[in-house]
Amino acid sequence: MILVGNLTKAFGPKTAVNKVSFRVERGEVLGFLGPNGAGKSTTMRMITGYLPPTAGRVTVCGFDVGDQPLEVKRRIGYLPESAPLYPEMTVLGFLGFAAELRGLRGEEKKKALHRVVEACSLDTVLHQAVDTLSKGFRHRTCLAQALVHDPEVLIMDEPTEGLDPNQKYEVRTLIRRMGEKKAIIFSTHILEEVEAACTRAIIIDRGAIVANSTPAELKARSERSGAVLLTVRGPTAATVSAALGSQPSVARCEIVSDAPPQVVVRVYPERSRLTAAFTAQVADAAMREDWLVEEVHTEEGRLDDVFRSLTRPDTAPEAAA
Amino acid sequence: MSAWPNIWTIAKRELRGYFDSPVAYVFIVIYLLLAGFFTFTFGAFFDRGEASLGAFFMWMPWLFLFLVPAVGMRLWSEERRSGTIELLLTFPVTAWQAILGKFLASWLFIAIALALTFPIWVTVNWLGNPDNGVIFAGYVGSLLLAGAYLAVSCMTSALTRNQVVSFILAVVICLGLVMAGFTPVTDLLARWAAAWFVDGVAAFSVLSHFDGFLKGVLDSRDVVFFASVIGYALFVTGVVLRGHRAG
Repeated sequence: MILVGNLTKAFGPKTAVNKVSFRVERGEVLGFLGPNGAGKSTTMRMITGYLPPTAGRVTVCGFDVGDQPLEVKRRIGYLPESAPLYPEMTVLGFLGFAAELRGLRGEEKKKALHRVVEACSLDTVLHQAVDTLSKGFRHRTCLAQALVHDPEVLIMDEPTEGLDPNQKYEVRTLIRRMGEKKAIIFSTHILEEVEAACTRAIIIDRGAIVANSTPAELKARSERSGAVLLTVRGPTAATVSAALGSQPSVARCEIVSDAPPQVVVRVYPERSRLTAAFTAQVADAAMREDWLVEEVHTEEGRLDDVFRSLTRPDTAPEAAA
Repeated sequence: MSAWPNIWTIAKRELRGYFDSPVAYVFIVIYLLLAGFFTFTFGAFFDRGEASLGAFFMWMPWLFLFLVPAVGMRLWSEERRSGTIELLLTFPVTAWQAILGKFLASWLFIAIALALTFPIWVTVNWLGNPDNGVIFAGYVGSLLLAGAYLAVSCMTSALTRNQVVSFILAVVICLGLVMAGFTPVTDLLARWAAAWFVDGVAAFSVLSHFDGFLKGVLDSRDVVFFASVIGYALFVTGVVLRGHRAG
């Protein structure tokens, strides 16, 4: 549904987005990750037809953004960064305006408004001026605007920014539900959001894509992925560390906490032997040593480790290669 | 889908925006007060002893010079400052529809303010027997003049996020349009420049083209002049808006 090919945007001498290519199909929710200024917003603005690209192309539902911008815009719902609104308008007035520009009139318009007001829980503030609303309501009003024509493609620039945890949860649920029938791209800083709502994640750094895969695959790239967290009672930290470190499948052993008699260590597998069996091997080793094992836990890896290692200035070029 | 519904939707929103904020009421009150003040004091409305609105219309180029940019200054600068421009231009509308819609809304607003000067028209009709054709021409001329100023304000407001800067730029450019044909200026020019040059400069002045309307003459050349100023300024607005986005 969304096809982005070698998309490039330069502002003067600075290249904000550099040869970005990806595709998003119906039923996919793509999370767009990256540090501030990485080019997330610029990419989204080019997809929605707000910014003309310097080079490359964007195709949405088979229409080229450069050649048929109106056809593309008709099919996209867009929530811009920081959810801009006309402050003096009422919520209903604003949504009506959006509906009319989307070509909805009369009964159709009424139905559409009813649907988005319900979806975004705006019924209590319909006749309030936008600038008297709290940030959460403002954000949801702008989101409602993006949904009013039930678009096939939804693009949201930080849809949960500034919302409280409950509202964040609601928006995430909404995204996941809508993602079954639409193609969705949203950007975020919050990594747990990617796990909660995305089917796929792209990490972008300094204008270039450094990772494009499922959240689970990304987590697997984390150094900690597959490591075993072992809690034992009895031996000293040094003994545990030495005994486990000598195992052939163990790369290294890190002491997490040492509060005798309880010791917590994290055991990293050799990369080449990353298997589920590793946990069993560590557990076996502990039993052989006759330690009292309190807990064994296999770590999934953490997205923020991956995020940091991919977008850190010094390692980013390697990661991209 | 044709363009007109989009233009009208945008114009409606913009027009309501004026009345939802104090801008509309402050503008209308000040405009009516100043128009009355100039007409009856400097214009010596009663002393003229004639049933016409000449004293009223002759101040329009100067009165509008400061008031119209105040109406137009927010058109695009406010959209850019608040980021709503991103919303507006990602709706399925073309930039031209948005520019035209916003311009029409502000023009319509000025038309409403102008229409509210009707008591002065009622007054002359009550006191005497004016030529209502001339008065009609005066209103048409004033509206075209306001349109030209507004289009210039539209252009300057696209140039900057700052409404004050937009206002000042618009006043300066409109002042230039007025001064080009202002008698003291043309006299000064005539001292050293050739007649064709002076006439050429004066031809760009709103004053020379507004005069005809005051005399009750609806000259197509004057109408074309104002229409071209509006068209040109709106065209530049489009170019400026595209320029911002092209980076």
